[in-house]
Amino acid sequence: MIEPKLKIATCSLAGCFGCHMSLLDLDERLFELAERVELDRSPLTDIKELGDCDLGLIEGGVCNAENVHVLMEFRARCKILVAIGACALSGGVPAMRNQYDLKDCLEESYLRGIGLVNPQIPNDPEIPLLLNQVHPLHEVVKIDYFLPGCPPSADAIWTFVNQLLSGQPLALPYTQIHYD
Amino acid sequence: MAEPDALSGMIREIIQRHSGMPTRLLQILRDVQDHLTWLSPEALERVAEELDISPVKVHSVAEFYSFLYTAPRGSYDILFSDNITDRMLGNRELLHYLCDRLGIGIGETRADGLVTVGTTSCTGMCDQGPAALVNGYALTRLDTARLDRIVELVNGQILLAQWPREFFEVVSNIRRADILLGRHFADGSALRAVLKRGPEAILEELVKSGLRGQGGAGFRSATKWISCRSAPGEVKYVVCNADEGEPGTFKDRVLMQDFADLVFEGMTLCGQVIGARQGFVYLRGEYRYLLDSLQATLQRRREAGLLGEAILDDPTFSFDIDIHLGAGAYVCGEESALIESLEGKHGVPRIRPPFPTTHGYLNKPTVVNNVETFASAAKIAVEGGAWFASRGTAESKGTKLLSLSGDCERPGIYEYPFGVTVQRVLEDCGAPDAQGIQMAGPAGHMISARQFNRRICFEDLATGGSFMVFNHQRDILDGIRNFTQFFVHESCGFCTPCRVGTSLMRDLVTKVHTGHGTRYDLEEMRKLGRIMRVACHCGLGQTAPNPVLDSLDQFPESWERRLRSTAFEPAFDLDAALEQARQLTGRSDPGAYLREEELMLGTMP
Repeated sequence: MIEPKLKIATCSLAGCFGCHMSLLDLDERLFELAERVELDRSPLTDIKELGDCDLGLIEGGVCNAENVHVLMEFRARCKILVAIGACALSGGVPAMRNQYDLKDCLEESYLRGIGLVNPQIPNDPEIPLLLNQVHPLHEVVKIDYFLPGCPPSADAIWTFVNQLLSGQPLALPYTQIHYD
Repeated sequence: MAEPDALSGMIREIIQRHSGMPTRLLQILRDVQDHLTWLSPEALERVAEELDISPVKVHSVAEFYSFLYTAPRGSYDILFSDNITDRMLGNRELLHYLCDRLGIGIGETRADGLVTVGTTSCTGMCDQGPAALVNGYALTRLDTARLDRIVELVNGQILLAQWPREFFEVVSNIRRADILLGRHFADGSALRAVLKRGPEAILEELVKSGLRGQGGAGFRSATKWISCRSAPGEVKYVVCNADEGEPGTFKDRVLMQDFADLVFEGMTLCGQVIGARQGFVYLRGEYRYLLDSLQATLQRRREAGLLGEAILDDPTFSFDIDIHLGAGAYVCGEESALIESLEGKHGVPRIRPPFPTTHGYLNKPTVVNNVETFASAAKIAVEGGAWFASRGTAESKGTKLLSLSGDCERPGIYEYPFGVTVQRVLEDCGAPDAQGIQMAGPAGHMISARQFNRRICFEDLATGGSFMVFNHQRDILDGIRNFTQFFVHESCGFCTPCRVGTSLMRDLVTKVHTGHGTRYDLEEMRKLGRIMRVACHCGLGQTAPNPVLDSLDQFPESWERRLRSTAFEPAFDLDAALEQARQLTGRSDPGAYLREEELMLGTMP
């Protein structure tokens, strides 16, 4: 009998997709992974609706209303939710705006920027509203595991996912989680 | 603002007064600020030039200490003491009242540059609060009538020297005296004892006495003195730690105010025993009001032949004492940070070992003891070790000064033999309705009524002397939140577990205190606390989680009654975090709001 495949979903919130690139750096190991898991909603599948999943991997922090919605949905649908990379863990580069008022950020971009034509702060309902500040994931939902790195290396992701899927205790070798 | 030439002249004169010594940098900056009300970039540059040290070094000191300002302040700089005991006495209401009357917000300087009002950590006036500092001088027993008068004085630009004396009156409130405070001490008697019997005999008495560090850590004083005496080197130092920053403690203030001779005598004795010729008192900035009288006492002792060259006419006995004023940094109470500060640097704790007894001030062998320890040592030299050891318990000899404050009828100083029960203290100070005690300050331990039979001694409840009483009308969490904020402010920022950990702890406590926490957050606090205890560089960070961890065990109901029933709650109000963007875009469509039912999705994993 063939074991049912585990379902994994991934997404990037306020991130740069660098963590997803690192995931793709698994290279030929992706074939091995594909034998054991099935991708649900993910930038790699272009599935829009999230189904019930065993594991959710999220890169990027939370910067706007849509990020909140997506993160809440992942939390509700995924048995295990993992924050991947510096932005998900601490806000990262997008959170550098936290030291400025949101008004200043928007005015700098849309009213005072160089070469602007018809400067105005965009207000189309299609565009998600920004939160006052960028937050790490664990300030919005409960996160089960944190995988640090900018991005975490493919080896670190491979070790982590393998151990998690096979039910082993999580233990990453030092070489995979040091950044100096 | 002074003209450039006037500025140079003023700074040169101050530096000359401090003999051009870079180790006096903190004192120099304090004096410069007294002239300018703040430390302008030009002033800092000039100080660096005159002392011939790097501008970065000067900046690092100017920016480290709370009482040094690198931005303009009002001519009248008023800082409310914001310890929990001040809050119990209504300081927040008074703070708002004064700000309203002066027409400024908290932490702001009025547009005319005349006045700034802010808050500071405990100023050590817990038994006579609400307290504040004005231009560094202690104000006590504030009420609206006094504040009304202060508003008039400020607006009338009346010099501080002409303010009513009673505003600055600091009383000692000694409620119970035992062998340290109760018995007469003849000035010079300890020095005569060491000259007559020799240092070895005095050390023997000190060993017999069992005296331990009265700052709270309890290291055996004789061991420290012997180690320093036998350390190689010709030049040695004695340092008296009067940087009494632990919120709720004020016994060193009383000793320095009423028993300064005894403390100086203990230091001079130590100098003769270990072979030092120079001593320093590191006096916390909040006690600046004591400086003139302490200087006068030192001068009187010099004239009486108890200090300076050839003490008691013995040409081999020379010792003098210098007073360094701190500038609002709790971490400088840690002995190695204190030494760094004495050397004119910012006060970051050193890596130990080596310990100060071999590598202390200027890397020379140094004894650093608490004020009370030196006072006890002087008595022991006269009365003998056995006399001292007849008091107390097996491992904690002698007596301990306790600083009582909070919800009790008779706050003040109580001297007890070690081993006294918490219950006995509560009865004596008039606190029949005590719900809990914060022992030894925020870095110490919080205990509930179940533990009032515990004893105050190193075997059981060790303390530096702080004893803050909370009655049943108080919310324990108000205190805990106040303490976590204190540690955020006082973390020196050197190591990440403390710098970041104290802020995370404050945020978690605030979250639960304001009714947004879940059981998950309590578990997070415990995890964070465990990390801080093992990973922080010095005692500040290692003890910072104590109030939280203790109260989780001792007062679980205070935490639990505030918890949400959900498994997880966000750390902030998600919809409110969109409000600014809604206003900037003028949007009110459904997508511009986060609805409650959508948010519930994420709360139930």
